[in-house]
Amino acid sequence: MMRALSARIGLAMAGKSPWGGRKNGNGSGDDGASDGGPDGSSSGPGGPRGPKNPWLPGGGGSDDDDGKRRSANIEDIFRNRGPEGPRRSGGGPGGPNFRMPTGPGGRSWIPLVAVLVVSIALLSTMIHIVQPEERAVVKTLGNYTRTYEPGFNVSLPWPIETVEVENVQGVRSFEIPGESAQQKLILTGDQNLVDVSYLVRWNIKDLANYKFELAEPEVTIQEVAEAAMRASVAEKTLNDTFSGQGRSEIETAVRERMQRVLDGYRSGIQVRGVEIDKADPPSEVNDAFRDVLVAQQNADAARNQARGVAQQVLQNAQGETAAFDRVYEEYRQAPEVTRRRLYYETMERVLRQNDKVVIEADGVTPYLPLPELRRRQSAGTPAPTATATAPRPAASPSPSATGQE
Amino acid sequence: MSNIWETYKLPIIGIVVVVIALLASIVVVPEEEQAVVIRAGNPVYKLNAYDPDEPSQAGVYLHIPFYDRVQRIERRILDLEMEPQEVLSNDQQRLLVNAYARFRIVDPVRMVERAGTTDGVRSALEPILNSVLRQELGRRTFQAMLTAERGTALDNVQANLDRQARQYGAQVIDVQIKRTDLPSGAPLDSAFERMRSDRQREARTIRATGDRDARIIRADADAEAARIYADSYSQDPDFYDFYRAMQSYDRTFGTGEDAGESSIILSEDNEYLRQFRGGR
Repeated sequence: MMRALSARIGLAMAGKSPWGGRKNGNGSGDDGASDGGPDGSSSGPGGPRGPKNPWLPGGGGSDDDDGKRRSANIEDIFRNRGPEGPRRSGGGPGGPNFRMPTGPGGRSWIPLVAVLVVSIALLSTMIHIVQPEERAVVKTLGNYTRTYEPGFNVSLPWPIETVEVENVQGVRSFEIPGESAQQKLILTGDQNLVDVSYLVRWNIKDLANYKFELAEPEVTIQEVAEAAMRASVAEKTLNDTFSGQGRSEIETAVRERMQRVLDGYRSGIQVRGVEIDKADPPSEVNDAFRDVLVAQQNADAARNQARGVAQQVLQNAQGETAAFDRVYEEYRQAPEVTRRRLYYETMERVLRQNDKVVIEADGVTPYLPLPELRRRQSAGTPAPTATATAPRPAASPSPSATGQE
Repeated sequence: MSNIWETYKLPIIGIVVVVIALLASIVVVPEEEQAVVIRAGNPVYKLNAYDPDEPSQAGVYLHIPFYDRVQRIERRILDLEMEPQEVLSNDQQRLLVNAYARFRIVDPVRMVERAGTTDGVRSALEPILNSVLRQELGRRTFQAMLTAERGTALDNVQANLDRQARQYGAQVIDVQIKRTDLPSGAPLDSAFERMRSDRQREARTIRATGDRDARIIRADADAEAARIYADSYSQDPDFYDFYRAMQSYDRTFGTGEDAGESSIILSEDNEYLRQFRGGR
């Protein structure tokens, strides 16, 4: 009856086939064939039989032991699993002895396998490879004993020593306000409000302190950052927070203040940097701030226009005086003649373009034909002609805009 | 197997009982925790209690199983956050203040007796923090409240709170003001209004400055031009008079876009007609 039960368990487990899919398991004929040169032939036939019912040969084995031990049904299962263990962990003498689950001297494989499994489990909790950016704290029965530097480290197995690995070089960061919050208004020293968002970067300076001094290091550093930022902004005026200079001063002040507080907690945290993304006026008064910018541009525009006009005035002055200087130069060579020439030329131009009346004798009553002139004017035949301006003496400058100034 | 069991029944049972008893009487206190052993309802001794001068005593301890109860308490620095609340400064301005305190349980036995758990300590300390902060800040002006951390305010708050916290076996390490805000509603609106009018004034000033600068620039140029003219023309004022007159005639009687019609009546003794008369 016991044997029947054992066979049933065996079948059930075979059905589950917990190692059927494993490498080198009995499941695939290929693996069996490539298993080992000389052993291949003997394990080959064992292979295909295995996955269907790996316990069958074991059952045979248990027959041999029946006389000695009756109640070792569980042992039977393990004994038949016995060869699997060594095979899985890299061959071993299991192959040819597949049907014989006893070791040399007739001793059971069970202790060996048990030790192997346990030691593998232990080894996995004893060996710690610490990456270059990491450190690890070791607690021996809960008591902090040492810190592992990067590399290969061995500790006592799990329940006795626990090892916690943490990335200490990697710079972590968080942003305030977070994505959910809208705007965060901070009061400045001159009692204005400014909407500030900033980024804090930090990493772990001392892992043991980080682990064992603060219950909630991440919450703590955020609160410290917020307190430090508010304190630092409160020392500045509104305009300071907008200027680059003021901003970098605030950043430095926040970083120093945070570090001081965190060192006071012995937190093992190093603040790497504080960067202000944005320091803006609150949206409620944004229009007024924008108007200041516009005003600045307006003022600049007015100045630029004035400079333009000023240039024009100066250039005119220089042009006119230069012209006068040239003519005067000529005039000094021959004052009387030049004077006459200029006079006649001007009169010529002037009189040619106008109606002229010459009154000759004393006794004649002058008659001014004004109505007549009016008529001519309205008839659209203007007296002036275009030729009037054409001939100009070289020395005579263009009258340009003199009269207007 | 059954033979073994039958032969060594008693020893096996004995060993199992001993192992279970040992496991039950072992308590592992890790670095992060301290523990109080409560025997029949009385806290009798503490394990790994925080002491800044001593290295930690974390490790394995024994106690009487089932009779002793072990209460584990956080050994690290804890956080006490206060609800934002309005504080009235002594110049009658309102400020919404939000502070936090950091504390640590330094006397776990007393803490267990008086507060039960760390949450009990928190709920005991929070109203104290509120009232201490309100008292302390209420003595200051609004401006001083803003920058209270620079003054002695927070030191006083911390000292006061610490005194109270000691009753619960806790030590207050630090008090910081996390936020100081204007309460929403009228105070916030009036602050915005003030900022707005401030900006408007600034904008007006900037525009006026721009106009002033423009005017000065133009006047400077005019003055400079006048100097240039004077420099040049004063070489010979008499000739300038003549020269300028000629130009003026040209423009006045000349033709152009906007020139008016003019008639000239010349008297016979006009200088221009001197040669016309054939005389000299």
